Amino acid sequence: MTPGLETMTTEIEAPAGWRVETRTRLSTIFAVISLVAVLALTAAPFLVSRGVIQDLFFILTMLALAQNWNLLAGYAGLISVGQQLFVGCGAYALFGLVILAGLDPILAIPLAGLFAMIIAVPTAFFAFRLYGPYFAIGTWVIAEVGRLLFAQWKMLGGGTGTSLPREATREMLGISLLQDWFGMRASAAADALAYWLALALAALTIAFVYKLLRSKQGLGLAAVRDNETAARALGVDARKLKTAIYLLTAFLTGIVGALIYLQKARISPDAAFSLTDWTAYVVFIVVIGGIGTIEGPILGVIIFFLLQNAFSNYGSWYLMALGGLAIVTMLFAPRGLWGLICDRTGWELFPVRRLLKGGPLRQDDKGGPNG
Amino acid sequence: MSFIDTLLQGVLLGGLYALFAAGLSLVFGIMRLVNLAHGDLIVLAAFLILVIVSTLGLDPFVAAVVAAPLMFALGWVLQYHLLNRTLGKDILPPLLVTFGLSIVIQNGLLEGFTADSRRISAGALETASVSLGNISAGVMPLITFASAILVIVALNQLIYRTALGLAFRATSDDVVTASLMGIRPNSIFAIATGLAMVIVTIAALYLGTRANFDPTAGPARLIYAFEAVIIGGLGSLWGTLAGGIILGVAQTVGAAINPEWQILVGHIAFLLVLLFRPRGLFPRAAD
Repeated sequence: MTPGLETMTTEIEAPAGWRVETRTRLSTIFAVISLVAVLALTAAPFLVSRGVIQDLFFILTMLALAQNWNLLAGYAGLISVGQQLFVGCGAYALFGLVILAGLDPILAIPLAGLFAMIIAVPTAFFAFRLYGPYFAIGTWVIAEVGRLLFAQWKMLGGGTGTSLPREATREMLGISLLQDWFGMRASAAADALAYWLALALAALTIAFVYKLLRSKQGLGLAAVRDNETAARALGVDARKLKTAIYLLTAFLTGIVGALIYLQKARISPDAAFSLTDWTAYVVFIVVIGGIGTIEGPILGVIIFFLLQNAFSNYGSWYLMALGGLAIVTMLFAPRGLWGLICDRTGWELFPVRRLLKGGPLRQDDKGGPNG
Repeated sequence: MSFIDTLLQGVLLGGLYALFAAGLSLVFGIMRLVNLAHGDLIVLAAFLILVIVSTLGLDPFVAAVVAAPLMFALGWVLQYHLLNRTLGKDILPPLLVTFGLSIVIQNGLLEGFTADSRRISAGALETASVSLGNISAGVMPLITFASAILVIVALNQLIYRTALGLAFRATSDDVVTASLMGIRPNSIFAIATGLAMVIVTIAALYLGTRANFDPTAGPARLIYAFEAVIIGGLGSLWGTLAGGIILGVAQTVGAAINPEWQILVGHIAFLLVLLFRPRGLFPRAAD
């Protein structure tokens, strides 16, 4: 902070009773509701069938991916269509650590995220050299390189892929505990464990994104998004901020990838580095829900899941309709479904705007912003 | 001798990649729009030629002549009614809309033509070859390469010698001033995309006669086109040809070492250029 800025702040804070807040009454109510929802979801494995748990697992992992992509594209302006690179790297790191190094899958998951983040360092180095829209295709090329390289890794099945040994998931950390305490069967316990991890991951990702957006860095990010030159002139290090976000989302995306493939227990380069599954769907979720909002991806993933359940039997028709829906949304409601809701109702469940509150409300005859 | 042979194959393949890239380059140059559906539009054009060949029994070259105005119209409509709405300071809408378009075209083709791989038969031309000293080159790859050069010469003539080209350059430099001078940017953009689709049709003809293609072949074509543009440097069509040739040579050399490495070596050549010459080998434009 420059001294000048501090003086300004004190000047603004001078009238007694003023305070800067982001919280609203609605957001407080929503925070309580979401806490209850997370608790209810935590108890879900004891209450609902395995099929429902698997559906919820799918929703939560897609939600985590969507929040990550939203942070990247919606807030940092880094439109990557190569996030499948990090899903694939995380997944392959998990399989490598479990099959080749004999590590417990639960311990391997954070290491898989770390591996994805390490891969993101050279990726960022290359991709950040590309201007705006070319960045998108650049990330895609690098993801293709990843897919082709992992297809050459013969110890993990090369192009055809491989499976996790059954014992690895049966005996992972915490399974026996669940079996002893709750009398779960090993396969149900493995599902429940993966589900809890997905729930924790999705909740933590949202909490983290929200915290970031309300921080000084988040303010810098918004400034860069609105006008990069002006933001840089004010001392925001745009490049550093973007790189940090890129690496961080790579880490989280890698963890999600590891988790998804722990559950699938079968990997192949084409599936793990699939553009459709890990980027196209995620982009559609975010765009339809509302890009650049935290609520958007949550809404988007629910719509996506309902559509998937209702229409996925139609195969390519379904994907066509999804693509069409994303195009229409982008053209006529660029802020997505949540943007429409927000415009009508003014709701903000995750408010990030700083509001000036308290203090006396003075009416004077100056007009303009003062009146 | 086989090395020179490989090299020649690579250079000729580069002509095809330059054809993929020329349309992408034109559109980006004029309206700063990166069309993520470019590859899928090439495949769409290939299917269009295939349909014309099989229903009307025309020669593929004649079929391409029939397909070109249709593709021009498609490009015009696409740009005028859809993509023009997305243009602006924000790069997000055009990228996401063309990404959605890519998925729509791909799955539409899958629905219409199944996932089977197809090929456009060029008859005796397919196997014909001419020998140049000790090495021989296929007639089709030679025609492809010649077409690429022809397209680039024609585009350069158009851009630098005609009134339309002047309008292209003016709009590219400054949309507001150009429209003050009586140019309607939306129409200019639509014509540019239409032209790009004509080049796409030419590329599709050679894609379809050279090898099998299927509805999911689009993204890879987009990536090759993009790599050719970046290797060559933005803003220069001859640079794009050079980029295509470098990519083609890298791929054929890679394939000669190990067939599984063909694509990978091409990507690595691209990354190396990005590493040492981030603005490409023959840059011209400032952005």
